Amino acid sequence: MAEIKVPVVRNILQANERLAAENRSRFDEAGIFVVNLMSSPGAGKTSLLEKTIEALAGRMGIAVIEGDLQSSYDAERIQKKGVQAVQINTEGGCHLDGNMIQIALEALDLAGIDLLIIENVGNLVCPAEFNLGEHEKITILSVAEGDDKPIKYPLMFQICSALLVNKIDLLPYTNCDMEKIRKTVRQLNPAGKVFEISCRTGEGFEPWLSWIANKVAEHRKNRAQACASPRMDKH
Amino acid sequence: MHELSIAQSLLDIIVDESNKHGLERINKVRLRIGELAAVVPESLTFCFDLVSRDTVASGAVIEIEKIAVTARCDKCDLSFEVKDRVFECPKCGEPVLEMLGGRELDVVSIEGETGENDG
Repeated sequence: MAEIKVPVVRNILQANERLAAENRSRFDEAGIFVVNLMSSPGAGKTSLLEKTIEALAGRMGIAVIEGDLQSSYDAERIQKKGVQAVQINTEGGCHLDGNMIQIALEALDLAGIDLLIIENVGNLVCPAEFNLGEHEKITILSVAEGDDKPIKYPLMFQICSALLVNKIDLLPYTNCDMEKIRKTVRQLNPAGKVFEISCRTGEGFEPWLSWIANKVAEHRKNRAQACASPRMDKH
Repeated sequence: MHELSIAQSLLDIIVDESNKHGLERINKVRLRIGELAAVVPESLTFCFDLVSRDTVASGAVIEIEKIAVTARCDKCDLSFEVKDRVFECPKCGEPVLEMLGGRELDVVSIEGETGENDG
Protein backbone atom coordinates (compact mmCIF):
# COMPACT_ATOMS: atom_id res chain seq x y z
CA MET A 1 0.00 0.00 0.00
CA ALA A 2 1.34 3.45 -0.90
CA GLU A 3 0.64 6.51 1.17
CA ILE A 4 0.20 9.62 -0.96
CA LYS A 5 -0.67 13.25 -0.40
CA VAL A 6 -2.91 14.93 -2.93
CA PRO A 7 -2.93 18.72 -3.13
CA VAL A 8 -6.53 19.74 -3.71
CA VAL A 9 -7.32 23.42 -3.06
CA ARG A 10 -11.05 23.43 -3.57
CA ASN A 11 -13.65 25.58 -1.87
CA ILE A 12 -15.78 23.32 0.30
CA LEU A 13 -18.92 25.20 -0.74
CA GLN A 14 -18.15 25.04 -4.47
CA ALA A 15 -21.21 22.89 -5.21
CA ASN A 16 -23.44 25.59 -3.74
CA GLU A 17 -21.44 28.33 -5.47
CA ARG A 18 -22.08 26.63 -8.80
CA LEU A 19 -25.84 26.47 -8.17
CA ALA A 20 -25.81 30.10 -7.02
CA ALA A 21 -24.06 31.10 -10.26
CA GLU A 22 -26.72 29.24 -12.27
CA ASN A 23 -29.44 31.07 -10.34
CA ARG A 24 -27.71 34.37 -10.98
CA SER A 25 -27.63 33.84 -14.75
CA ARG A 26 -31.28 32.91 -14.65
CA PHE A 27 -32.12 36.10 -12.74
CA ASP A 28 -30.03 38.19 -15.12
CA GLU A 29 -31.61 36.67 -18.22
CA ALA A 30 -35.02 37.52 -16.80
CA GLY A 31 -33.81 41.01 -15.78
CA ILE A 32 -34.76 40.51 -12.13
CA PHE A 33 -33.04 42.21 -9.22
CA VAL A 34 -32.70 39.73 -6.35
CA VAL A 35 -32.23 40.38 -2.66
CA ASN A 36 -31.32 37.86 0.06
CA LEU A 37 -32.95 39.11 3.26
CA MET A 38 -31.43 37.76 6.48
CA SER A 39 -31.89 38.27 10.22
CA SER A 40 -32.45 36.36 13.44
CA PRO A 41 -36.02 35.08 14.07
CA GLY A 42 -38.43 37.85 14.98
CA ALA A 43 -36.33 40.79 13.78
CA GLY A 44 -39.05 41.78 11.33
CA LYS A 45 -38.25 40.28 7.92
CA THR A 46 -41.84 39.48 7.00
CA SER A 47 -43.16 42.76 8.41
CA LEU A 48 -40.56 44.62 6.36
CA LEU A 49 -41.71 42.75 3.25
CA GLU A 50 -45.38 43.51 3.90
CA LYS A 51 -44.73 47.24 4.26
CA THR A 52 -42.28 47.36 1.35
CA ILE A 53 -44.71 45.53 -0.94
CA GLU A 54 -47.56 47.87 0.09
CA ALA A 55 -45.43 50.85 -0.91
CA LEU A 56 -43.80 49.52 -4.09
CA ALA A 57 -46.12 46.93 -5.66
CA GLY A 58 -47.85 49.60 -7.76
CA ARG A 59 -44.51 50.64 -9.29
CA MET A 60 -42.83 47.29 -9.98
CA GLY A 61 -43.46 43.55 -10.17
CA ILE A 62 -42.48 41.88 -6.88
CA ALA A 63 -42.25 38.20 -5.93
CA VAL A 64 -41.11 36.56 -2.70
CA ILE A 65 -39.49 33.25 -1.75
CA GLU A 66 -40.10 32.49 1.93
CA GLY A 67 -37.72 30.22 3.83
CA ASP A 68 -38.77 28.70 7.15
CA LEU A 69 -38.17 25.48 9.03
CA GLN A 70 -41.88 24.69 8.95
CA SER A 71 -45.31 26.17 8.13
CA SER A 72 -46.53 28.27 5.22
CA TYR A 73 -47.61 31.08 7.53
CA ASP A 74 -45.22 33.67 6.07
CA ALA A 75 -46.04 32.93 2.42
CA GLU A 76 -49.73 33.32 3.24
CA ARG A 77 -49.03 36.69 4.88
CA ILE A 78 -47.22 37.85 1.73
CA GLN A 79 -49.86 36.49 -0.68
CA LYS A 80 -52.44 38.62 1.13
CA LYS A 81 -50.51 41.62 -0.20
CA GLY A 82 -51.34 40.48 -3.73
CA VAL A 83 -47.92 39.26 -4.89
CA GLN A 84 -46.58 35.79 -5.72
CA ALA A 85 -44.99 34.03 -2.77
CA VAL A 86 -43.50 30.54 -2.62
CA GLN A 87 -42.75 28.84 0.67
CA ILE A 88 -39.67 26.66 1.17
CA ASN A 89 -39.73 24.48 4.29
CA THR A 90 -36.22 23.40 5.25
CA GLU A 91 -37.59 20.89 7.82
CA GLY A 92 -34.95 21.76 10.37
CA GLY A 93 -32.29 23.11 7.99
CA CYS A 94 -30.85 26.36 9.32
CA HIS A 95 -30.34 28.19 6.00
CA LEU A 96 -31.44 28.29 2.37
CA ASP A 97 -29.04 27.10 -0.32
CA GLY A 98 -28.76 27.43 -4.08
CA ASN A 99 -30.58 24.19 -4.76
CA MET A 100 -33.64 25.13 -2.69
CA ILE A 101 -33.92 28.35 -4.71
CA GLN A 102 -33.84 26.38 -7.97
CA ILE A 103 -36.75 24.27 -6.75
CA ALA A 104 -38.70 27.34 -5.59
CA LEU A 105 -38.14 29.07 -8.95
CA GLU A 106 -40.08 26.29 -10.69
CA ALA A 107 -43.18 27.44 -8.81
CA LEU A 108 -42.76 31.13 -9.72
CA ASP A 109 -43.84 32.93 -12.86
CA LEU A 110 -40.93 35.31 -13.43
CA ALA A 111 -42.58 37.25 -16.28
CA GLY A 112 -43.15 40.86 -15.24
CA ILE A 113 -41.09 40.50 -12.05
CA ASP A 114 -38.56 43.27 -11.36
CA LEU A 115 -37.70 42.50 -7.74
CA LEU A 116 -37.46 39.06 -6.13
CA ILE A 117 -36.94 39.02 -2.39
CA ILE A 118 -35.72 35.82 -0.77
CA GLU A 119 -36.51 35.77 2.93
CA ASN A 120 -33.94 33.46 4.48
CA VAL A 121 -34.43 31.26 7.55
CA GLY A 122 -34.23 33.31 10.76
CA ASN A 123 -30.61 32.86 11.85
CA LEU A 124 -27.65 35.24 12.19
CA VAL A 125 -24.97 32.63 11.47
CA CYS A 126 -25.50 30.04 8.75
CA PRO A 127 -27.27 31.98 5.95
CA ALA A 128 -24.22 34.26 5.74
CA GLU A 129 -22.10 31.46 4.23
CA PHE A 130 -24.48 30.36 1.47
CA ASN A 131 -24.85 32.45 -1.65
CA LEU A 132 -28.16 32.01 -3.43
CA GLY A 133 -27.34 33.95 -6.60
CA GLU A 134 -28.65 37.23 -5.21
CA HIS A 135 -27.40 40.68 -6.24
CA GLU A 136 -27.47 42.12 -2.73
CA LYS A 137 -27.58 40.76 0.80
CA ILE A 138 -29.66 42.74 3.27
CA THR A 139 -29.60 42.18 7.02
CA ILE A 140 -32.17 43.25 9.59
CA LEU A 141 -31.37 43.71 13.27
CA SER A 142 -34.03 44.73 15.76
CA VAL A 143 -33.05 46.99 18.65
CA ALA A 144 -34.55 44.50 21.12
CA GLU A 145 -31.81 42.00 20.21
CA GLY A 146 -29.13 44.30 21.59
CA ASP A 147 -26.34 46.46 20.19
CA ASP A 148 -23.70 43.72 20.61
CA LYS A 149 -24.96 41.55 17.73
CA PRO A 150 -22.70 42.98 14.99
CA ILE A 151 -19.63 42.17 17.15
CA LYS A 152 -20.88 38.69 18.02
CA TYR A 153 -21.97 37.71 14.51
CA PRO A 154 -19.52 39.70 12.37
CA LEU A 155 -19.88 37.90 9.04
CA MET A 156 -23.61 38.64 8.76
CA PHE A 157 -22.95 42.35 9.24
CA GLN A 158 -19.78 42.39 7.15
CA ILE A 159 -21.29 40.98 3.95
CA CYS A 160 -24.55 42.91 3.78
CA SER A 161 -24.85 45.91 1.48
CA ALA A 162 -27.57 47.36 3.70
CA LEU A 163 -28.46 46.92 7.36
CA LEU A 164 -31.95 47.79 8.52
CA VAL A 165 -32.17 48.46 12.23
CA ASN A 166 -35.81 47.76 12.99
CA LYS A 167 -38.15 48.48 15.92
CA ILE A 168 -36.61 51.88 16.67
CA ASP A 169 -39.96 52.78 18.27
CA LEU A 170 -38.85 50.46 21.12
CA LEU A 171 -35.57 52.32 21.75
CA PRO A 172 -36.85 54.15 24.88
CA TYR A 173 -37.62 50.76 26.47
CA THR A 174 -34.28 49.06 25.77
CA ASN A 175 -30.61 49.57 26.63
CA CYS A 176 -29.73 49.41 22.95
CA ASP A 177 -27.18 52.06 21.95
CA MET A 178 -27.79 53.08 18.30
CA GLU A 179 -24.45 54.87 18.09
CA LYS A 180 -22.67 51.65 19.07
CA ILE A 181 -24.43 49.77 16.25
CA ARG A 182 -23.59 52.51 13.74
CA LYS A 183 -19.94 52.55 14.83
CA THR A 184 -19.44 48.78 14.82
CA VAL A 185 -21.06 48.37 11.43
CA ARG A 186 -19.04 51.28 9.99
CA GLN A 187 -15.81 49.61 11.16
CA LEU A 188 -16.85 46.17 9.96
CA ASN A 189 -18.46 47.20 6.71
CA PRO A 190 -17.56 50.75 5.63
CA ALA A 191 -19.58 50.53 2.39
CA GLY A 192 -22.75 49.20 4.06
CA LYS A 193 -25.78 51.48 4.23
CA VAL A 194 -27.61 51.67 7.55
CA PHE A 195 -31.35 52.44 7.71
CA GLU A 196 -33.13 52.98 11.02
CA ILE A 197 -36.76 51.98 10.72
CA SER A 198 -39.89 50.87 12.52
CA CYS A 199 -42.14 48.45 10.65
CA ARG A 200 -44.83 49.15 13.24
CA THR A 201 -44.97 52.94 12.93
CA GLY A 202 -43.50 53.31 9.43
CA GLU A 203 -40.80 55.66 10.75
CA GLY A 204 -37.66 55.84 8.59
CA PHE A 205 -39.19 53.95 5.67
CA GLU A 206 -38.76 56.60 2.98
CA PRO A 207 -34.93 56.36 2.66
CA TRP A 208 -35.12 52.55 2.57
CA LEU A 209 -37.86 52.53 -0.07
CA SER A 210 -36.03 54.95 -2.33
CA TRP A 211 -32.77 52.98 -1.91
CA ILE A 212 -34.32 49.68 -2.96
CA ALA A 213 -36.39 51.31 -5.75
CA ASN A 214 -33.18 52.93 -7.07
CA LYS A 215 -31.35 49.60 -6.95
CA VAL A 216 -34.08 47.99 -9.06
CA ALA A 217 -34.07 50.91 -11.52
CA GLU A 218 -30.24 50.87 -11.79
CA HIS A 219 -30.29 47.15 -12.42
CA ARG A 220 -32.86 47.57 -15.16
CA LYS A 221 -30.80 50.36 -16.75
CA ASN A 222 -27.51 48.42 -16.61
CA ARG A 223 -29.19 45.46 -18.16
CA ALA A 224 -30.64 47.56 -20.98
CA GLN A 225 -27.13 48.95 -21.63
CA ALA A 226 -25.57 45.48 -21.53
CA CYS A 227 -28.10 44.33 -24.13
CA ALA A 228 -27.40 47.35 -26.33
CA SER A 229 -23.60 47.48 -26.03
CA PRO A 230 -22.56 44.66 -28.45
CA ARG A 231 -23.80 46.82 -31.34
CA MET A 232 -21.94 49.92 -30.22
CA ASP A 233 -18.47 48.83 -31.30
CA LYS A 234 -19.54 48.23 -34.92
CA HIS A 235 -18.61 50.93 -37.39
CA MET B 1 -25.79 23.70 12.53
CA HIS B 2 -24.86 24.40 8.90
CA GLU B 3 -21.61 22.59 9.72
CA LEU B 4 -23.51 19.42 8.80
CA SER B 5 -24.07 20.57 5.22
CA ILE B 6 -20.48 21.86 5.07
CA ALA B 7 -19.26 18.45 6.31
CA GLN B 8 -21.35 16.74 3.63
CA SER B 9 -19.90 19.01 0.91
CA LEU B 10 -16.41 18.30 2.26
CA LEU B 11 -17.05 14.56 2.10
CA ASP B 12 -18.30 14.88 -1.50
CA ILE B 13 -15.02 16.58 -2.47
CA ILE B 14 -12.93 13.95 -0.64
CA VAL B 15 -14.78 11.05 -2.30
CA ASP B 16 -14.41 12.73 -5.69
CA GLU B 17 -10.64 13.30 -5.22
CA SER B 18 -10.17 9.77 -3.83
CA ASN B 19 -11.74 8.29 -6.95
CA LYS B 20 -9.57 10.49 -9.18
CA HIS B 21 -6.35 9.51 -7.43
CA GLY B 22 -7.16 5.93 -6.53
CA LEU B 23 -7.16 6.43 -2.77
CA GLU B 24 -8.78 3.63 -0.84
CA ARG B 25 -8.40 5.02 2.63
CA ILE B 26 -8.05 8.63 3.77
CA ASN B 27 -5.86 9.36 6.78
CA LYS B 28 -5.73 13.11 6.91
CA VAL B 29 -7.49 16.10 5.39
CA ARG B 30 -6.09 19.60 5.68
CA LEU B 31 -8.45 22.56 5.63
CA ARG B 32 -7.97 26.30 5.61
CA ILE B 33 -10.72 28.25 7.39
CA GLY B 34 -10.84 32.03 7.59
CA GLU B 35 -11.39 33.67 10.96
CA LEU B 36 -14.44 35.45 9.59
CA ALA B 37 -15.99 32.26 8.20
CA ALA B 38 -19.08 31.34 10.18
CA VAL B 39 -17.83 27.84 10.96
CA VAL B 40 -17.07 26.28 14.33
CA PRO B 41 -14.12 23.87 13.82
CA GLU B 42 -15.19 21.49 16.62
CA SER B 43 -18.69 21.32 15.19
CA LEU B 44 -17.32 20.67 11.70
CA THR B 45 -15.09 17.80 12.81
CA PHE B 46 -17.94 16.33 14.86
CA CYS B 47 -20.30 16.47 11.87
CA PHE B 48 -17.60 15.08 9.59
CA ASP B 49 -17.18 12.05 11.88
CA LEU B 50 -20.91 11.42 11.46
CA VAL B 51 -21.21 11.83 7.70
CA SER B 52 -17.97 9.97 6.88
CA ARG B 53 -18.93 6.74 8.65
CA ASP B 54 -18.62 3.73 6.33
CA THR B 55 -16.94 5.82 3.66
CA VAL B 56 -13.36 6.03 2.38
CA ALA B 57 -12.80 8.92 4.83
CA SER B 58 -14.03 7.14 7.95
CA GLY B 59 -11.69 7.93 10.85
CA ALA B 60 -9.71 10.54 8.90
CA VAL B 61 -8.06 13.30 10.92
CA ILE B 62 -9.20 16.82 10.01
CA GLU B 63 -6.46 19.43 10.42
CA ILE B 64 -7.61 23.03 10.35
CA GLU B 65 -5.39 26.01 9.69
CA LYS B 66 -7.03 29.28 10.75
CA ILE B 67 -6.49 32.20 8.37
CA ALA B 68 -6.35 35.74 9.73
CA VAL B 69 -8.53 38.48 8.27
CA THR B 70 -6.47 40.66 5.92
CA ALA B 71 -7.38 43.65 3.79
CA ARG B 72 -5.80 46.13 1.38
CA CYS B 73 -6.08 49.90 1.43
CA ASP B 74 -6.50 51.12 -2.15
CA LYS B 75 -5.34 54.60 -1.17
CA CYS B 76 -1.87 53.71 0.12
CA ASP B 77 -1.70 50.14 -1.26
CA LEU B 78 -0.99 48.74 2.20
CA SER B 79 -1.96 45.14 2.94
CA PHE B 80 -2.53 44.51 6.63
CA GLU B 81 -4.14 42.23 9.18
CA VAL B 82 -7.54 43.43 10.32
CA LYS B 83 -7.58 43.64 14.11
CA ASP B 84 -10.77 43.57 16.15
CA ARG B 85 -12.88 43.53 12.96
CA VAL B 86 -12.04 47.17 12.22
CA PHE B 87 -11.70 47.58 8.43
CA GLU B 88 -9.62 50.71 8.60
CA CYS B 89 -6.15 51.37 7.19
CA PRO B 90 -3.63 51.54 10.07
CA LYS B 91 -1.51 53.99 8.04
CA CYS B 92 -3.96 56.53 6.63
CA GLY B 93 -7.09 55.76 8.67
CA GLU B 94 -9.30 55.38 5.59
CA PRO B 95 -12.11 52.81 5.59
CA VAL B 96 -11.01 49.73 3.67
CA LEU B 97 -13.34 47.78 1.39
CA GLU B 98 -11.09 45.16 -0.17
CA MET B 99 -10.79 42.00 1.91
CA LEU B 100 -7.87 39.78 0.93
CA GLY B 101 -8.39 36.85 3.26
CA GLY B 102 -10.35 35.62 6.24
CA ARG B 103 -13.37 33.98 4.62
CA GLU B 104 -11.59 30.83 3.36
CA LEU B 105 -13.37 27.52 3.53
CA ASP B 106 -10.96 25.41 1.50
CA VAL B 107 -9.65 21.88 1.29
CA VAL B 108 -5.88 22.12 0.87
CA SER B 109 -4.76 18.50 0.71
CA ILE B 110 -5.84 14.94 1.27
CA GLU B 111 -3.51 12.19 2.50
CA GLY B 112 -4.35 8.55 2.12
CA GLU B 113 -3.41 5.12 0.89
CA THR B 114 -3.70 3.71 -2.59
CA GLY B 115 -4.53 0.07 -3.13
CA GLU B 116 -1.24 -0.43 -5.01
CA ASN B 117 1.72 -2.13 -3.51
CA ASP B 118 4.59 0.30 -3.10
CA GLY B 119 7.27 -2.15 -3.29
